[in-house]
Amino acid sequence: MTAFRLALVGAPNCGKSTLFNGLTGGRAKVANYPGATVEMRKGWFRTPKGRDVELIDLPGFYGLTPRSMDGRIAVDAIAGRAAGLAPPDLLVVLINAANLKTHLHSVLQLRALGRPMILALNMIDLATRDGLVIDVKKLEDKLGLPVVTSRAPRKAGRAELLEKLDRMFDADPLPHPPANPGASLHELQRDARVLYRDVIVSEPMMNRATRAIDDVVLHPIAGPLILAAILFLVFQAVFSWSAAPMDAIDQGVAALGDFVTRRLPDTWVRSLLVDGVIAGVGSVVVFLPQILTLFAFILIMEASGYMARAAFLMDELMSRVGLNGRAFIPLLSSFACAIPGIMAARVIESERDRLTTILIAPLMTCSARIPVYTLIIAAFVPVEMVGPFNLQGLVMFGLYLSGVAGAVAVAFVLKRTVTKGRQQPLIMELPTYKMPDPKDFLLSLWGRAMAFLKRAGTIILAMTVLIWFLASFPEGASLRESFAGRIGALIEPILKPIGFNLEIAIALIPGLAAREVAVGALGTVYAVQNVDASGGLANVLQSAWPLPTALAFLAWYVFAPQCFATLATIRRETNSWRWTVFAFGYLMALAYLAAGATHAVAELFL
Amino acid sequence: MRLDRLEKGRPARVRRLNGADPLMEAKLREVGFAEDDEVEIVHFGPLAARPICVRLNQTLIALRAEEAAAIEVKDSL
Repeated sequence: MTAFRLALVGAPNCGKSTLFNGLTGGRAKVANYPGATVEMRKGWFRTPKGRDVELIDLPGFYGLTPRSMDGRIAVDAIAGRAAGLAPPDLLVVLINAANLKTHLHSVLQLRALGRPMILALNMIDLATRDGLVIDVKKLEDKLGLPVVTSRAPRKAGRAELLEKLDRMFDADPLPHPPANPGASLHELQRDARVLYRDVIVSEPMMNRATRAIDDVVLHPIAGPLILAAILFLVFQAVFSWSAAPMDAIDQGVAALGDFVTRRLPDTWVRSLLVDGVIAGVGSVVVFLPQILTLFAFILIMEASGYMARAAFLMDELMSRVGLNGRAFIPLLSSFACAIPGIMAARVIESERDRLTTILIAPLMTCSARIPVYTLIIAAFVPVEMVGPFNLQGLVMFGLYLSGVAGAVAVAFVLKRTVTKGRQQPLIMELPTYKMPDPKDFLLSLWGRAMAFLKRAGTIILAMTVLIWFLASFPEGASLRESFAGRIGALIEPILKPIGFNLEIAIALIPGLAAREVAVGALGTVYAVQNVDASGGLANVLQSAWPLPTALAFLAWYVFAPQCFATLATIRRETNSWRWTVFAFGYLMALAYLAAGATHAVAELFL
Repeated sequence: MRLDRLEKGRPARVRRLNGADPLMEAKLREVGFAEDDEVEIVHFGPLAARPICVRLNQTLIALRAEEAAAIEVKDSL
């Protein structure tokens, strides 16, 4: 028997993803449908009666005529209009129980589609605590739909939903409400209000804790200071908290290299394993703790409800450069990786604003740059305290700021030239604060860790092996005579004016596949040259590079469009080669100019 | 009276949504603004206080003054 296909539908912040994680145990596949930019999470679970169910997590949206790309994708998927995707058998409509009054009309809107559906009043525990008492049986009768209450993170909180689903599946065909198109939004709101008054026993109060926290967090002066402090804490944490696990991974990689060196005869196989695979992949995997620290903060900010506040606080500033507060979330995600950031820009309704956000997203310092920054900083910036702060942390913070400043300047110019247009509205719900659920948090973090390790195990592994090969052959050749050296020598003259040497030229080529590969490539290039690497790559660079070169390299990395996956995502999301080439061109030009200027200034003063 | 002119911390009821811009009206209705709903300005954004945070029944919604201006309120509850 084929599995039932369920789709999770609801407004943003109603707990869809948590329910998805809870039902599927976090085992998800991100599916891509040919021809369309439809991308959604798909997972599987089994009901208590043993039925197999395929679950689709749709993006959150309001209303059935959403203007954001995200919302259109969801609505198309519900209606079965998405290319290559059959309509779901049943909709699980989620609503935050505390917002029932405000959102009930959207349930009526969905019901009018006449599709089999079940309504879950989610976060019922929080709503009950705020005083909501509701006659669920009566709501069920009046709506003519099965209704359950749920607490998405708890197994017991999902039991009623599963049980009712099983009962619905017993019927063939699945029960569905009558289709009733044509009612206006205004009429639906009126019907919803009558219905609400009928089923409500006691109305909830505005969540007290949320009000109290917002009095501080959204305070016109304290609010921005708290946001700045949080962002600063994030970047300090990325450095100091990750140090111990990073040392451990570093030592583990070194020990593994030694072990293999001692066990195997000195042949090309040993060189491939030690200099290629272990040195290359190891130098990237070591950054896992930092990447997870950054993602942990982003996940907590999202799950707790703070992220929307940050967008609220940033809206004014961002609207001055022609962006929308909503762009804050895609841009902050881009600090982890520009790819989910560019996709998150789908929440922005105006195409022009979305395009601006996509074009500047690669300037946010993504986690793939962390390996490069950390390596150069560790090699060239002394460990010193400046007041209460670690100098290395400050330099890192400065690099992040340069990226942001570059993005602001670029957005400012773009909005006045190529993406000119009317200012777009901001209308955004600020969710009630809640404690992030530890299990849900760990599942999401686990997903990120696996995605990163998968990259390390595939693209990065392949690239480091390729680099090892190009740098090691023809056998016995010096680096300059090797295949890699010949390729690097071609671009070396272009890079010489900005202070880059042959080794950098070689490392930049595989760095196009993924930025962090450049570190693995440098590791391999110097390892192949038999430079004594006992003190780590940082020590090698310290003696091999002059300081202006190191600084120019950092400046290059702030801007360079060095990741084909990002460019491919820009192409897919803008559906335009023109904009993709534009993004590549302007980023490359900025990188070259910034590196050149840094090198020239550093030569002059140092 | 327009919602953006309302005093902070003073609850009012929505009288009507200005339909001059039908897209804006639809958008406001979709996030939940409707006649007779209780609204209150609870926070102003930093700097020029341009985004405002409005309580709509039990839901908090951030919007800019331009959007809030499309919502007409009755001054008293």
